[in-house]
Amino acid sequence: MRAVRLSVTTAIATAAALAAVTGCTEKGSSAGGDRVVNVTATDDKCEVSKKEFPAGHVELAIENKGSKVTEVYILFPDDRIVTERENIGPGTKQTVTAEVKAGDYTIACKPGMKGDGIRQTVKATGKGTVAKRDPRLDKAVAAYREYVQEQADETLPPAETFTKAVKDGDLEAAKKAYAPSRIGWERTEPVAESFGDDIDPKVDLREDGLKGDQKWTGWHRLEKALWQDKKIGAEEKALADQLITDLKEWQNRVGKAEITPTSMANGAKELLDEVATGKVTGEEERYSHTDLVDFKANVEGAQKAYDLLKPVAKENEPALVTELDKQFAALDTLLDKYRADGAKTDQYDFISYDKVGEGDRKELSDGVNALAEPLSKLAAAVVTK
Amino acid sequence: MTDTSQSPSRRALIGWGGAGLALGAVAAGSAVAMTRDGDSAPAGAATGAAIAFHGDHQAGIATPVQDRLHFAAFDVKTDDRAEFIQMLKDWTAAARRMTAGQAVGEGAFGGLAEAPPDDTGEALGLKPSRLTLTIGFGPSLFEKYGEAFGIADARPEALVELPKFAGDNLDKNRSGGDLCIQACADDPQVAVHAIRNLARIGFGKVVIKWSQLGFGKTSSTTPDEQTPRNLMGFKDGTRNIAGTETDRLKKFVWVDGKEGPEWMAGGSYLVARRIRMHIETWDRTSLQEQEDIIGRDKGEGAPVGKAKERDEPFLKAMLPDAHVRLAHPASNDGATILRRGYSFTDGTDGLGRLDAGLFFLAYQKDPRTGFVRIQRNLAIDSLNEYIQHVGSALFAVPPGVRDKDDWWGSTLFSKEA
Repeated sequence: MRAVRLSVTTAIATAAALAAVTGCTEKGSSAGGDRVVNVTATDDKCEVSKKEFPAGHVELAIENKGSKVTEVYILFPDDRIVTERENIGPGTKQTVTAEVKAGDYTIACKPGMKGDGIRQTVKATGKGTVAKRDPRLDKAVAAYREYVQEQADETLPPAETFTKAVKDGDLEAAKKAYAPSRIGWERTEPVAESFGDDIDPKVDLREDGLKGDQKWTGWHRLEKALWQDKKIGAEEKALADQLITDLKEWQNRVGKAEITPTSMANGAKELLDEVATGKVTGEEERYSHTDLVDFKANVEGAQKAYDLLKPVAKENEPALVTELDKQFAALDTLLDKYRADGAKTDQYDFISYDKVGEGDRKELSDGVNALAEPLSKLAAAVVTK
Repeated sequence: MTDTSQSPSRRALIGWGGAGLALGAVAAGSAVAMTRDGDSAPAGAATGAAIAFHGDHQAGIATPVQDRLHFAAFDVKTDDRAEFIQMLKDWTAAARRMTAGQAVGEGAFGGLAEAPPDDTGEALGLKPSRLTLTIGFGPSLFEKYGEAFGIADARPEALVELPKFAGDNLDKNRSGGDLCIQACADDPQVAVHAIRNLARIGFGKVVIKWSQLGFGKTSSTTPDEQTPRNLMGFKDGTRNIAGTETDRLKKFVWVDGKEGPEWMAGGSYLVARRIRMHIETWDRTSLQEQEDIIGRDKGEGAPVGKAKERDEPFLKAMLPDAHVRLAHPASNDGATILRRGYSFTDGTDGLGRLDAGLFFLAYQKDPRTGFVRIQRNLAIDSLNEYIQHVGSALFAVPPGVRDKDDWWGSTLFSKEA
């Protein structure tokens, strides 16, 4: 069964490679091709079958022959991670793929998943710097990068309106400005999350996400003060300043984030995951009940990434694109049902989520699942092999 | 994530419900029956064999009753006939693989690193576990989508709205459904995996309306095995229709082409009822009263006044409102149904009572002369003081998938709309 499965997969990978005009001439065979590096990991060794391979698509066929669970990394010379695979159990095999430019790299095995690991220096050879990507995808990434920057830039003014109201001690104005200040963030959250523990936990953490003695800062801390405690004190005012500082850091860094077509596609899916686990349940905005504003912004951000990738996805997977168009439209229509009385469709004025009953929440949840499941296949439809 | 080894912690978790809560007798009985290869795995987990998916009738009706159940009712979300038919075909392909112990699509690992795997993976390394997957179509499918799907005229007369019965307290969130899938297996993880993967394939076309896990069969179609006990502690289904009783199956279970619409020939009708038991009050009931209510003794399962479980019941010896007496074919113009129910325990309710009972599943040729006939007669059943029907659904179960080119519902949908 495994052999059959592998050959099918390889056939798809090869087809994708041809479709994407990478210039690679991959062999149909998965094993032994010059793009496959066999990595044999033991408790004290990390053996590689070759130390040189052509730049572009590379596949590490890893076998853990040791007694400890291990992980395997491909690292840039500055130790940034190209790709990794964790939790490789003793006696198991794993495959990890990456797209690498010509240059020096390190393959590291970490038995016990600790320390710097056992390292091997390898070289990706070739005169080009990188396997050529479909220029339309490069354009999509550039356009998305612009969008992400724009969202951050446009978030600061409403965020400052919000924090000014907090600092003025104006409870009602602060409540009114709260949800609109979050829209740009919610549209592009996966990019901010890609910075790891730097920004997201400072600005968007919920109380239940606190680790150890971590100080709770950011939007939701203020949300609780405004709706639950109904008072603004010196601490809240200081936190308002902190929020602007942190958002400015986001604004400065977001344009430099590593973005690839697949990270865009999976970022779109992650936005729907956010909706599925946080918004549909009403957990995200548990005090303000403005979940539907976040919901809408998440879907918009996902749609943006999708729209940019669509020309390529449509060539590779036309049926998927048809389905995604349909489900995006269906979810938008469904959300329109929950706009506040008299609100226009270009506004973010939705009814309070605590007024949305169980049956309606299920319908929203069904709509999210109907979109998120095909959206999880978008990355494969734009992947460059 | 792509580790091929089993997931003992998770399986143990699900398995615990069965082993820990089946009040001993059922779990022990199953374990003996199921671990015939001497495997030390939990009850029913590692027995192995696959049940054929193809046949004149769907598997999961007359085939031997497995230990575990995951039953799911779905509502349809598309009015596109072609899209719905394609989903039925995709479901059939996935079911064909899963019942043979294979992963869905291209498997759970080894594919593109950037995309989620086709199969969710939790059944890797587990045996087929006699998994059966059985599909049914509810009355609401014909009501809501009859025209869109071109099946408005195909609704069988027997696919009625079940009448309200005495004592019903039905929760609409546990009732009805446009479609159902009954997943039965000896390993609960295999059954749950099947429903989970079918639901995933169905996203955008169908949504789960409700679902029910069951542990411990309460009836069998294999009388040579020890008769299972329900949560009341009594043997249940002693006189159930056996899988080998071709004549009774033909008479009471399988629809033939003359009686119903042609597309149902070889099919059957499934009644599903979630029957909550008032466990705590039942447990305080004296042995004499329990045996009077049921009409059989608790230890052997013999009918009142008889010595052995399989002795012919003498109904007049039982109290007039005894359960076995009222449910017996002789009290119902011969009405007989094939029972295939499971015990369930969904934790406890807000009052600290076990939310437990019997998830009743019964197959019959016509529910009007089967379940409805019998259930009406049970209006005065003394057992009613200890049970409450809280969920209800009826489905038309089409005939079997014939071969690798056939698909679920082909007899209903193969005509041009």
